[in-house]
Amino acid sequence: MSAITGVVAINTFREAVRDRVLYNLVFFALLLIGAAILVGQISIGIDRLVIVNLGLSAISVFGLVMAVFIGVGLVCKEIEKRTLYSLLSKPIRRWEFVIGKYAGLLLTLLLNTVFMSFGLAVALFYVGRPFVRSDVSILVAIYLILLEFALVTALALFFSCFSSPMLSILFTLSIYITGTFAADIREFGDFSRNPALKAITRALYYVIPNFHNFNAIASAGHGQSIPFSLVWQDTLYAVLYVVLVLFASSITFSVRDLK
Amino acid sequence: MSNPAIEILGLTKDYPSGFWRRKMRRSLDSLTLQVEEGEVLGFLGPNGAGKTTTMKLLMGLIFPTAGNARIRGRSIEDISTHKLIGYLPEQPYFYDYLTARELLNYYARFFGYDADAREKRVSHFLEMVGLSTSADVQLRKFSKGMLQRVGIAQAILHDPPVVFLDEPMSGLDPVGRREVRDIILQLKQDGHTVFFSTHILSDAEMLCDRVAVLVGGKLQGVGAPSEIVSVQIHSMEIFFEGREGHSLPRAVIEQATHLGGRYRVEVAESELYPALEQLRSCDARILSISPVRPTLEDYFLHLVERQKVQNHAVEVEVR
Repeated sequence: MSAITGVVAINTFREAVRDRVLYNLVFFALLLIGAAILVGQISIGIDRLVIVNLGLSAISVFGLVMAVFIGVGLVCKEIEKRTLYSLLSKPIRRWEFVIGKYAGLLLTLLLNTVFMSFGLAVALFYVGRPFVRSDVSILVAIYLILLEFALVTALALFFSCFSSPMLSILFTLSIYITGTFAADIREFGDFSRNPALKAITRALYYVIPNFHNFNAIASAGHGQSIPFSLVWQDTLYAVLYVVLVLFASSITFSVRDLK
Repeated sequence: MSNPAIEILGLTKDYPSGFWRRKMRRSLDSLTLQVEEGEVLGFLGPNGAGKTTTMKLLMGLIFPTAGNARIRGRSIEDISTHKLIGYLPEQPYFYDYLTARELLNYYARFFGYDADAREKRVSHFLEMVGLSTSADVQLRKFSKGMLQRVGIAQAILHDPPVVFLDEPMSGLDPVGRREVRDIILQLKQDGHTVFFSTHILSDAEMLCDRVAVLVGGKLQGVGAPSEIVSVQIHSMEIFFEGREGHSLPRAVIEQATHLGGRYRVEVAESELYPALEQLRSCDARILSISPVRPTLEDYFLHLVERQKVQNHAVEVEVR
């Protein structure tokens, strides 16, 4: 990452902070405090399961909403508001701008997730459950959620490079939902006797990012260990996919007329 | 021989239009223009003439359909060229969550200045555009005129030899316009080349070494304001009044404009003496005779009219 990219990334992060994006942490904290108090009163023995499931799901949902709704505005908002005109007259390449915006939002999501994870730890502590070795799976699940954010942000940014915010939201959410059920779609095709449908579902399975593989919330909730092979395969998959999408975003944006 | 500051060679821009985007609308048609070092060039034209398109092409915000341009001998496609230029976009808008100081500091980072140098530069240019007291106010609280000043500060922050200003006076009150004019004159004095677009012709006449007039995407003329307007036919303006107790003949009054007890009549240069003779014969008191020099505005309007009449095709259909 060049110094220029870093400058853009820091400013993107600053924008998120100044636009009070991190206020979502307050809602997250309230949700977990409420859940912890409630769970402490009504559940016996499954307090950890409930808190972990609720906490990780909230981390995932809050982060995804941020990745999609801020991600789609990363580029097109700058074009609409014409803030890009003076910026691109400076010695900055368009790809540096794209990567900088991406890195800035990812930094925001990372920080947001770190705070939320800390909140989850406090909630677990509150329900009186000592930390055990198997809790590592919670950290691994959070790591996989972060990989998911990286992918979703890259997709939102890609659409933002050539489409309007509304369409970008539609495209990104469509891909996310399709990607979450990618395995089911493939199975559906395999069951079908129609070779064309089979080919289409297989193509979809391989082209659309398989988000289901990044969901380890259930395993973490039950204290089951998450296989290391899944972790490194997911990491490699996410990194390759993000690099490809960012490359496509940079190319798309580099040839676009900013009318 | 040194390179010109700005060299535009056959720059052309077509935009797709229509529902299927198969038609092409020509915004700029083979613009060729050269601006020398230290020159202030006014880029004139009515709305939609192609001024902003030209600026955007030079900044690399849009890409030419044909032609190219060089700044101090370097292609506009070369990113290092951007170190040589400053740009104020039309109706500038900046990150409104930043203060003026933060914004300039952010932009200064792209030029590799260290923290100390950045701080000094930012303070200097904020003072130059008269924003020292509002430096730490978020830009969302700035008026249009203040944003324009921030825009000028960010354009000259790195001391670029070539400065592009797109409608720098638009939306400013008379005081703001005067301040921007002073800044442009200061830039000229400091040896900068200034290329600025405007449709406020008096500003162009006052500031520019040369003006280029663009109408319908085509360059209609380039030259010093005095050269450009001298091609027009001169006429003469006579102010007169009736002597006390004497009324002027109806035929004379009907030809003139009544202005607070005085009359004004404009005649062709060749008709001056017969007109004076007529006024003298009816005992009118001649108050003044002065040549009417056509203004840049007259020339400009003449070109716009001519373009309308010629009705040049600006749309090229792509089959």
